[in-house]
Formats: sequence, structure tokens, C-alpha cells
Amino acid sequence: MTRKQKRLAAIGTIGAVLIAAVLLVMFALRDEIVFFYSPTDVVVEGKAQNGERFRLGGLVKEGSIDKQGEKVTFVITDTDKELPVVFVGILPDLFREGQGVIAEGKLAANGTFDADNVLAKHDENYMPKEVADTLKEKGLWQEEGTVTQ
Amino acid sequence: MIAETGHYALVLALVLSLIQSVVPVWGAARGDHRLMATAPGTAIAVFAFIALSFAALTHAYVTSDFSLVNVWANSHSSQPLLYKYTSVWGNHEGSMLLWVLILGLFSALVALFGNSMPERLRANVLGAQAWVLTAFLLFILFTSNPFERQIPAPFEGQDLNPILQDIGLAIHPPLLYLGYVGFSVTFSFAIAAMLSGRIDAAWARWVRPWALAAWIFLTAGIVMGSYWAYYELGWGGFWFWDPVENASFIPWLVGTALLHSAIVMEKREALKIWTILLAIITFSMSLLGTFLVRSGVLTSVHSFANDPARGVFILMILLVFIGGSLVLFAVRAPMLKSGSLFKPISREGALVFNNLFLSTAAATVLIGTLYPLFMEAVSGAKISVGAPFFDMTFGPLMVPLLAMVPIGPLLSWKRSDFYPAMQRLFIVFGLAILAVAVSLAVTRGAEVLAALGIGLSVWVMLGAFAEIATRSGFRKAGFATGIRRMAGLPRSMWGTALSHFGLGMTLLGIVMVTAYQGEAVREVGPGDHVKIAGYELVFNGLTPFSGPNFNADVASIDVRRGGVSRFEMHPAKRIYTTRGMPTTESAIKTIGFSQLYLALGDKSPDGKIVLRAWWKPLITLIWLGGVMMMIGGGISLMDRRLRVGAARSSAAQRRKEVSDASA
Repeated sequence: MTRKQKRLAAIGTIGAVLIAAVLLVMFALRDEIVFFYSPTDVVVEGKAQNGERFRLGGLVKEGSIDKQGEKVTFVITDTDKELPVVFVGILPDLFREGQGVIAEGKLAANGTFDADNVLAKHDENYMPKEVADTLKEKGLWQEEGTVTQ
Repeated sequence: MIAETGHYALVLALVLSLIQSVVPVWGAARGDHRLMATAPGTAIAVFAFIALSFAALTHAYVTSDFSLVNVWANSHSSQPLLYKYTSVWGNHEGSMLLWVLILGLFSALVALFGNSMPERLRANVLGAQAWVLTAFLLFILFTSNPFERQIPAPFEGQDLNPILQDIGLAIHPPLLYLGYVGFSVTFSFAIAAMLSGRIDAAWARWVRPWALAAWIFLTAGIVMGSYWAYYELGWGGFWFWDPVENASFIPWLVGTALLHSAIVMEKREALKIWTILLAIITFSMSLLGTFLVRSGVLTSVHSFANDPARGVFILMILLVFIGGSLVLFAVRAPMLKSGSLFKPISREGALVFNNLFLSTAAATVLIGTLYPLFMEAVSGAKISVGAPFFDMTFGPLMVPLLAMVPIGPLLSWKRSDFYPAMQRLFIVFGLAILAVAVSLAVTRGAEVLAALGIGLSVWVMLGAFAEIATRSGFRKAGFATGIRRMAGLPRSMWGTALSHFGLGMTLLGIVMVTAYQGEAVREVGPGDHVKIAGYELVFNGLTPFSGPNFNADVASIDVRRGGVSRFEMHPAKRIYTTRGMPTTESAIKTIGFSQLYLALGDKSPDGKIVLRAWWKPLITLIWLGGVMMMIGGGISLMDRRLRVGAARSSAAQRRKEVSDASA
């Protein structure tokens, strides 16, 4: 091969790999990202009706946790609207009533949210950022609830 | 008083670091030997003062001096002594101090081991190290002072986050920082090369040991972090594609590319500009990781208390260093003479292939990590990018790279042919196909992708030793001669083989766990049975237990197989009294390379408890593979050719004389 051909071959290979990578990233960003919605987004604005996976965030409604064996139902609220959640498995250590959580899963046909993953905070001062932002929008943010040192 | 000494020592370190930032570099520019000669002394002194400061903070923690805000907020007098020590870096301020301590350590090591380096190179490298040091010392002193006092001193501390009260925390951050920060040395070498406008094979020989050492530590830090998250968080996962994990994985990918491209530069004087760029990018990614983790932009177990001023400060550091070094690169790179082109099918070609895929993969991980931040800034939409994204982008990019791993080392430099290389891999290829066939037969064709994954792992693992097998020539020379030759092969060749073998081990573990793990979640009362992977778990109730700073419910579970009791497991649920925070203590039993993993959920009012059990086939290979990569790296590091200071013999010494004469 001549010098020019070598260079072309190199640029061609590198270009092909990069294009493949860009395409992969674009498809993955279209199909595999998960949106975060509040109960209001889902109930009022009708987002996430097509069976897509999303993250539902808000507070665990007081008195709504019902454990039946390994199946747990509870209600996530943004204090305006609320959505019932069903989850099978072990809840995070810091899952409590009145606290911010994020549940990941799909909307079932009957309007409940089937979660396959529930995230709570790692320590008692941490509120999922998305949940904190939602509450701020609603004007329900209480600074003292999130003391930082 | 001791705390004030620590604070003052930090200020002194800053002043010395400022001197080190300017004087040696100025000396190198003017060719002034005396100015250049100040660098090693100041570097060691800066390290000594930071170490003094760190010791002062450690003293405050060990003696539970709650008049320091930092100690009060993150420690408790009833903590076991080990955790009093580890609490030092279990918080934002302390961990930044550890970061700077390690940065200072690396400067000091360059100063100590760099006696045989060209004078000008050493002065510039230490100067560039001091720039980074100065920036982070300023950051600590202005935004994250760990020595802040409060009056009156509280009687008791607020305790360390219980999740962090674990032996893993003692080891994980220092190892990870040794890796992250270790790449500052290669960065400084790149800056020095661009300042002097000269770069050659000797430069690559100087850089390689540092890059290798940093890479070993980063590997260790990631492996340790992965295992720690696995057993401590009770979720049973080894990798979550969490942004903070990605923040350490991106520098690892780019750093791995750097290790490989430096080989080409050392052997063939090619890929110079690319290697310089990789050295810059690797450390930039370390800085980006520090920013993502420390600024609180992302929330995770790693983000401690957040303060916007800190985020902005680190962002400024990030912009100055990444921007500055890239500008310097743009100006100086054309002056560096580029090497010769080579045939695409050659050792160099294979290493370029490696670099292409590793850096593209790193870029996809970076995009996935930053995309949520980007989306929120642009459209306000809140999204998360999780495992499915990375499986779809990172996964496919790894396949061709892994397939090439055994072939690359068999190609010769300059020009080569696939055919002879493939001939040597003929047996390995056959065994890999056999592995695929066996896996398909065992699962009756259910898991085709997993079977291919297993085949690929076997290919990588066995193929790793093809070069050694060929070079020792067992077939022609006989067994005894083969062994003798094998022992005489260069250590770096063994290092490569073991690292690649480790990569295959990790891959095999990932494939096995992803495809064949078993899981059972059941609410159990005393006497209840749960079946998983041929084992029968019998729950025998909960026993209360009091630790030094926590109370626990410990489950006792009898594990049977074929009706015979084999062993007992004790997963627990703890409540740390100071913070009232519960944690899950998983119970793990290693059987061969596989593990049985048990975690407890909440107790229900009727005394039952949710038991979650996993069977994780060959999961330990994931981490053992990482350990094997580290061993491989360590053996390479011991290669005579790479030993720090060994290069004095050859070209470097001659060049030093030339540069001294011309200066």
C-alpha cells in the first residue's frame, strides 16, 4: 500500500468505528433513557401513558405503606396528586413514611405504578435531587428537612 | 493547638507550592541550574507539610476533639478506633485533604526517584505538579477547611454515616485516590514535554512506570469499591453504572489506552502526539470525576454535604487545567515531530485498534454520565441514564476489542500477517468454540448470547498465554527447555499475559452472573424454607445483638443441600443509635468461585421478615480478574526496562548529557 492508501485505510477504520459508536449512542439515548416524573406529571399531564419505563418521585404518603409478605404497596405523593405503587422485594434501609423516594418501573393498566426498583436516600440528610426540585416547584420545600453540615 | 498547627502547615504547604510552581519552570526556561535544582527540595517539603496537616486532623479524630466542626459532624466517641481513623476521609474536607496528601506524595516520589531524569524535564514536571497542588490547596483553604473550630465544643459527635463504617472505606478511597492522582504525574510529564517541545522514546520510558503504578491503584480502587458496594449496600449488584462509578471508570479506560499507546511510543517513536493527548485526557477525567463527586452535582453515597461555592471552585480548577493544557497542546503539538506511519496489520496497528475502541468506549460512558446534566440544563427534563444505555453502547464496543486481545501481542512490529498469528491461536480458538458448544448443550440452547460470552472469555483467558507458549517453544524444544525459556522471558510479557488473563476472568464472571444468577424473595417466619440453586435455606429466627454503636437483629439461617445441613449464615439488620439509621448487613458464603448472598428486609408486626437470597455463579471472578490485572501490572512494573531510574543507562543518559551541554 502506498502512504496515501495507508492513511485512507486508517481514517476509514477510525471513521467507521466512530460512526458506529455515534449511532449506538443516538439509538440508546432515544430508547434507553428513563424520564423522571412527579405524580402530577402522570395524573394531570398524562405523561408516560405508553407503557414506557420512568422514574416516579415524591414523598411516601403517611399511613399508606401496606406490606403483604414480600409485596409492598404504598402511595407516592407530591402533596397535590398521588399515585399508588406496587413493589416486590426489599425496600431500601431508609424507606420511611413522609420521606422522599424514587421508584423506577412502569404504569400498569389499572393505573398503579409497578416498581421494580425503589431508591431512597443513603443517609438521613439526603433527599433525591429530583424530588427536592419537584417540591420546590410546588412551594412545599422545607429547608430544615435537609440540613447540610 | 494541634489543629491550628495543622491549618498553619497547610498554609505553608501552599506558599511552598507557589514557589515550586514558578521557580523551577522559570529556571528550565532560562537554563538556570540553581533555579531548577530547587524543585525536588520544595516538592518534598510540600509533602511533609501536608502530611503534618493530615496527621493533625487524624489526631483530632482519634482523640474525638469535637471542637472541630468537621470531627463533630463525622465522628463519635464510641466508634471503634479503626473507624475513627477512617472517618478522617469519610467526609468532604478530610477526603480532599487525603487527595492533596496523595498528590504531594507523588510529587515527592518524582523528586526522590527522578535523580537520573534530565534536569529540565524534572524541573518542569515538578512545576506542573505544583500547579495542581496549588489549586487544590487553595480549594481546601478557602472552601473546605477541615480545621474550623466551634465554641463551645459539643459533648458528643454526630457519628459517621453508618454505610461508611466498614473496612471497605478504610481501603477504597486511598486506593482510588492513589490511582486518580497518580495520573497527575503523567499529566505533568505531558505538560513538561510540551513546555520543552521535545518528546522521544526516553520520555515514554519515564512515563510508563508512573502510568502503570497509577493504573494499578485505580484498578484496585475500582475493584475494591465494586466489592464494597456489593456486600455493604445489600443490593447484590457489582456495578450500577452509577455516575460516580463511571467517574472512576472513565479515567481507567483512558488510562488503559495510555498504557498501550506509550508502548508504541517507546518501541517505535510513533503516536507521540496521541500519547500526550491521552495523558492530558486521563488526568482531566480524574479531575472531572473529582468535580462530579465532590461538587454535589450528582447525588450518591459519595456526595457528602454540599456547598455550591465548592462546586464552582472545582469547576474553575477543571476549566483552567483542562482548557489550559488543551490550549498548550494545540500550540505545541504541531512542533512535536510525529512518527512514521505503519502497516495496519502489525503490533502498532493492534495497539491503535485498542486505543480507538478504549477511547470511544470511554467517550460513550462520558456521554451517558453527563447527558442527564446536559438535558436538565437545556430543556429542564429530568432523566436518568442507566444500565440499559451502557449495555447498548459500551457492550458492543467491547466485543471487537476483547476479540482482538489475544491476537494483538502475537503480531510483530512494523509489518505482520494475521495468518501466522491465527495459526498459533488455533487450539485456543477450538477450545473457545468448545466452550460455546458445551454452554449451549447445558442450557439446551436457551442462552445463546451468554454462551458466546463464555466462549469469548475462554478465548481471552487462554489466548493471553499464546505469546508465552509460542516464545518458549514447548513443541519444538521440549518441556525442560520450554520451562527454562519461559522463566527467561521479559517480565513485561508475563505482565501482559496475566493482565489479559484477568480481563478474561472478569468477563467470565460478568457473563455468568448476568445470565445465570438465581434470586428468591420470600417473607419468612421461624422454620420456613426457601429454595435457591439447589440449596435449601431454613430460617431459624432472629437474635438481638448489641454492637459498640449499633443494635442489630441477626438472622440465623441453616443452609442445607440434599437434606444435609452444610453451614449457617447470619444476615443482619442494624440500627445505628446516634443517627437512628438502619443498615443491611448481608451474609455471603463463597462456594468455589460462586457465592450465596443473603439480605434481610423489614420485620413485619407478626415477627416475619423478608429474606432475599441470590445465587451468584462465578461472581468472585469479576474481582479476582481485577486482582489478576493488578498482579500483571505489578510484574510489568518490575521489568528491568521499566524500573524507575533504570533508564539512566541508555538513551536518556546520553540525552541528558546533550541537554546539559546545550543548556
